This record gives sequence, structure tokens and C-alpha cells, in this order.
Amino acid sequence: MEVNSYRPVDHCFDEMMRTRTAPRAAYQKVREWLAAADPASLDLRRREAEILFMRIGVTFAVYGEGGDPERIIPFDIIPRVINGREWDLIARGLEQRVRALNQFLVDVYSKCEILHAGVIDTDLVLRNPAFLPEMNGFTPAGGVFTHVAGIDMVRVGEDEFYVLEDNARTPSGVSYMLEDREIMMRLFPDLMAAHKVAPVEHYPTELLTTLKSVAPSSGGADPTVVVLTPGMYNSAYYEHTYLADRMGVELVEGQDLFVDENRVYMRTTRGPQQVDVIYRRIDDDFLDPLTFNPNSTLGVAGLIGAVRAGHVTLANAPGAGVCDDKSVYIHVPEMIEFYLGEKPILKNVPTYRCGREADRAYVLDHLDELVVKEVRGSGGYGMLVGPHATKAEQAAFAERIKADPDEYIAQPTLALSTSPTFVDQGIAPRHIDLRPFVLMGAKGVSIVPGGLTRVALREGSLVVNSSQGGGTKDTWVLLEEPC
Amino acid sequence: MLSRAAANLYWLARYMERADNVARILEVAERASIMPNSAGEPQSEWHSVVIASGNEQGYFERYDEISREKVVHYLTVDTSNPGSIRSCIEKARANARAVRTVLTSDIWEALNQTWLDLIGDKREDVARGELQAFLAWVKERAQMFSGGAHATMLRDEGYWFLRLGTMIERADNTARILDVKYHILLPTDEGIGGGMDYYQWTVLLRSVSASRSYYYRYRDTLRPWQIAEFLILSEEMPRSLIACVAEVHSLLDEIAKLDGRRHECHRLAGQIYSHLRYARIGDIFETGLHEFLVEFIDRNHRVSDEIADAYLQ
Repeated sequence: MEVNSYRPVDHCFDEMMRTRTAPRAAYQKVREWLAAADPASLDLRRREAEILFMRIGVTFAVYGEGGDPERIIPFDIIPRVINGREWDLIARGLEQRVRALNQFLVDVYSKCEILHAGVIDTDLVLRNPAFLPEMNGFTPAGGVFTHVAGIDMVRVGEDEFYVLEDNARTPSGVSYMLEDREIMMRLFPDLMAAHKVAPVEHYPTELLTTLKSVAPSSGGADPTVVVLTPGMYNSAYYEHTYLADRMGVELVEGQDLFVDENRVYMRTTRGPQQVDVIYRRIDDDFLDPLTFNPNSTLGVAGLIGAVRAGHVTLANAPGAGVCDDKSVYIHVPEMIEFYLGEKPILKNVPTYRCGREADRAYVLDHLDELVVKEVRGSGGYGMLVGPHATKAEQAAFAERIKADPDEYIAQPTLALSTSPTFVDQGIAPRHIDLRPFVLMGAKGVSIVPGGLTRVALREGSLVVNSSQGGGTKDTWVLLEEPC
Repeated sequence: MLSRAAANLYWLARYMERADNVARILEVAERASIMPNSAGEPQSEWHSVVIASGNEQGYFERYDEISREKVVHYLTVDTSNPGSIRSCIEKARANARAVRTVLTSDIWEALNQTWLDLIGDKREDVARGELQAFLAWVKERAQMFSGGAHATMLRDEGYWFLRLGTMIERADNTARILDVKYHILLPTDEGIGGGMDYYQWTVLLRSVSASRSYYYRYRDTLRPWQIAEFLILSEEMPRSLIACVAEVHSLLDEIAKLDGRRHECHRLAGQIYSHLRYARIGDIFETGLHEFLVEFIDRNHRVSDEIADAYLQ
């Protein structure tokens, strides 16, 4: 299919086309480029990109399916373009949202004002599995819990952006944002030169600045920062190496660290060296076998003691996960009003809690129109997309909801915006989302323009997760409006 | 630098060097086996290869007899042999992947591409009978790795531990190759060996890429004691024992300068180096070339253990 015969999906906002035949201003040049390009040469470039990803080793691992576990995430060569005005709105909304989430975390681990005020149900927070009583009464350095937040957003209209979920534990994907840009600059320098695309390659520097800003006051003049990885078998290992590499800091595993008198050291060729800030890519549960999962071999014994003593900073702080739970998500707009006294800029998707009787009845009656998710699920697993599910699948899901209603929420099926995507049949609309990465340090919030755009490569599919056949696109924020 | 990262670099280099060396001995054996009038048993050349690669025990646990096909398969693509070229490259790449942050992208991409080719296009080379092409490719990739390291790596601990791995492994390999062939170097009454000896000496020199340089250095016909001297005591010959030991010795010195600490590995390396530096080839032959080589292999091994003890854990 050539770009001239590209037609948006009915009732879906399309990023490129304003009407069936007229493009949106931001996509004008991309469309011209697509019209002029020979499909065979585009295909060649696509394969070239795959070879580059494989060679650089930008892979993620899928275990249990046999064969070589290392895969590349499909990369789509057609960029996703966001104009400056749209980005401005998104960025303001993100900053507001992350500030509120962070204040919420500081609050629930100290004074619990939002709970006392009755804005959020106490049990929902304090009995949440992601809430860590071990962190009670503790405020991390600089008052920051969520140093790195990945906010999953979708678009349904010209100025309509919804937040689907907040990821405040160890969000991944930023290396794809950076590598996608590298590849685009290698493959299509002319197209990039024709646009004023906001750069993203300073992300690692911003991350390092953020991390150094929250070093314990006892830390040295130039704090020692490390990235803590579960190891090379973790599916996001590439990203861990990438970030450590670009920040110029050590990539450590649990076995490389030890705690002595509440201070953390790494084993080096010159003996022990003290560590001040740990950007950890290990879940809370595995951080410290003395405090949490005693069988964890990934973590460091005594780490939580060192954190609480204030001799080391963990990013993100342990216990930050309680704000990204899908049942807590429902209350983010209220948090924004409670802590900041502002109206939320980004919308929340209306959400039904199956634990509530009235909600549950509605959900069970409307399974064919709703998306049902596990409260603590992620990666696109364990969810039901009602309109795409068979009657049998819906019935099976209804049984699961009835058996354990607290574990499920439901949302209307949003018509995710589509973007032109290069697939086997040519250029066709595919649904996309956006995960911007929000950094928060002692001195404030910073956001690299854009983020990771994920695309559901299967026709009609709304699931963009890489584990479910999703791909990625380079995300361009234009510095100037095209005339 | 993290001890674990230093260990990964050290072993990465050792495995690449080992893959290179296995390729070299196989290449020479292949050449020898196509020559007419091989003396001794027709399979002895292949047996020597298995011994020189340090895999004799593993080989005979799997096979009852020596044959070209079996040896070639076992040392090139056999995944069950930890010393095969394939296993070495796989382990080199796994070590590299664990320390991507301290490698330059040139080195990483060279290693990763080697691995991808090995499980891709190159997979069937040996089975298709294209052994020579496969071995040439392995040597080329190994040199791309060491060239990339030389040209792009920061000259600090990371590079030094990488070089240490290369040198310890290379010393081990040269000593093994010499030991397998030591009998052909033993002095005989004839001043110059017969055609067969001459041929064997060539094989020996070729397996350490020293044939041309021998002539350049001595401007003389092949003489066993000169060959031994060249491969053991000649510092200008980059694969000689003394050249490897000299570099180990100076690398350890550089590392010690960083924190002022010296360890048992420094003492041992210094001892081996000075021993070789002041040795005379005649004395080595007198006390026994084989005995000398066995002791060298053992001491080199101890240096490796002591390096691990001091820095890598």
C-alpha cells in the first residue's frame, strides 16, 4: 500500500491524517518523503536497521520459547511526530503528575495526611503489597522517591491525552528511545535534517545529574553512582549496560556489593570502594535478603539498613511501587488536587474497581466493551480486551473476576491513535502509545522531549507490549511548527 | 574497576586467544596431513593437535580413536567440548556481554558479529569441508578483536587485564605446542636434520607464525637449537615464552602502580621473567627441554591463579 492510498481507521485519531486525504501539518514532510520513497528501498532500510540492532546487541531476552533467547524488538522506520504545542501540554501534565505521585509517596511513608483526610482509602495503601512498612517514617534524600518515572500515555483526539498507567518502580525502555534515534540518524539523515527534531541524547547526562543530586550528605564531593543489574539474563540487560556506559559509571551485580557498618562498598581491583547512589534495576523484593525475599541472590544483604541510615540512596526508593498500583492509579487526579491544588492536565481513564459491587456488576455486564486488567499485572499479560475477545474468553474472564474481584480493574476500550507504519502490506495505520521518561532530582523535574513510542504491529491490535508483538518507533518532538 | 569486570576482561581475552591458537594448530596439522611421506603413524599429527590444544582427556572420553574428521569436529564446532573454537568464542562473547560498559563499541561489535556469524553463516563451514576458510576466518576475527582493543581501548586497568589474559594464554599455548614437538628439537648427531625433520620444524614455526621471522632473524637454515631459542628466549618474537612473560611482568607493574600494592603474582612473574632472561638455550637442553616446558606451564598457571587471587575476586 502506498502512502497516497493510506486511509485512517474509522473513528480513530490518526497522527498523520487530519481528514481522509489531508495531512496534519507536523507530518507534511514525512508524508512527502513516504510518497517519494521507493517501497523496496524502504524495506532495505528496515532490514538494515534490524542488522544494526542485532550487531549492536540491542536485544531483549525471551526465555522458555526455545532457540536463541535474544531477540530484537521490531523497529518501525516511520517516525512518530509530536508538534511543539502538543509536547508542551504533555510535558506540563507529566511534571504535574509526577510531582503529585512523589508527594503522595513522601506522605504515605510519613504523616499520611491524604489518608487522614479521607481522600484515599487507608487499606488501599497500607495493605497494598507494594507498600513497604520497612520504609515507614523514612524520607529519602532530597525528598525524592520517584527519580525515574515512565508514564504510559495514549492519545484519542487532537488535544486528548490519557494516562494509562504510571510506572514508578524500575521503568524500562529508555535505551530504545535513544537507540531508535541513533538508527534514524544513520538511516535517514536527510529526513532528519529537514525537520527540527528536539535532541534526546542528553538523557544519560540528565539521569546522572539527577542521581548525583540525591547523594547522601555524607557522600564524597563527587558521589559514586552505580547501576545495579540483576545480570545478563535479565530481559532488559542491554539497557542496564547502555545506561551505565553512557553515564560512565560501574554496572554492578549484587555479588559486587557488600555492606559494612551501614555503608555500601563495591569490590574493585583496588579494594573496596564506597558507593553513594545506586540506580537499581532490581525489584524491591530482591533488594535485600535480610529485609525482603530471603532467597534473593540478586540483592545485597544489609542494603535497606544502609538506606535507612542515610549512607546510600536507592533510585527509585524502595516502596515507590505503591503509587503505580492500578487501584491507586484511580486516585491520581485527587492527589494532584490534594497536594498541588491544581486541576489535572492529563486525563485518567475512567476505571472500574471490580472489588466494588456496583462497579463489578457493570463490568460483568459490559465485558464486550471493556479492557480488564489485573491490578498488579504488567507487560500486557493477564488482560482481556473485550471487543477483541471471543464469548468463551469473556466468560472465562468473568469467572476469574468473580473469584477474586479485588485483583481486577476495568476501563473503557480507548480508540488509541494510529500512526503510519511500515508493514508487510506497505504503509498502514497501526495503534500506538507513548512512554515519556520523567526524571526527578533534588532540584526539580526534567523530561527529555519525546519518549518511547510503542506500536501494535498486528492490524487492529491495541496491545503494544514488546512481549506481545509490539514494535517501537523513533519519537520526534518538533522544535518549530512547520509553516 | 570492579573485580568482576576485570575477571570478565581477563577471560574474554584468554578465550579469544585460545580460539586463535586452536585455529593455528589445526591449520598447520591440515597442511602437514596433506604432505606426502608423513613419518610415523598417519594419525600422529592429529594426535599431537589434540594434545597441544590441551583437550586430550576430553577427546578420549568421547572417542576411542584419532581421526582427522573427529579431531576437526571436536576442536572446531563441538558444543560439548569446552575447548572447541565455538565454545571459546561463545564464552568470550558471554564475558564481553557481562562487561559491555568497559569495552569500546568497536570491540563489542566485532565480538558480537563473530558470534552471530558463528551461529549463522559459518555454522556449516566445517561440515561442508571448508575447514581452511573457517580457520582463516577465526584468525581474522581474533585479530580484529586484538586490533580493535589495541586501537580503541583506554590505556588503564581494563586494557591491562585484557592483555594479561592474552599473554598468559599465549605463553601457555606456545609452551604446549613446543612440548608436543620437543623430541624433534633434541640434538642429534646430524648437524642438519633430514627432510622429515626439516619439515617438522617448519610446521612448528608456522603454528606460531614464526617461519618468516626465523629466517629474517637468523639468516640461516633451520637448526633445532636456534628454533628453541627463538620460541623460548627471543624477546623480539611476540609469541615466544619470554615475550609473553615480559609483558605479563610489565603489565603487573603498571597495575601495582595504581594502588602501590604488590602481590604474590608480582613476585612469581618477576622470578619467571628473570629466569628466562638470563637463561641459555644450551642449559635448557642440558636439564631437559621437556622438563623445562612442563615446569614453565605449571608456573604460568600459578601466576594466573595468583592474579585471580589478588584482583579478580
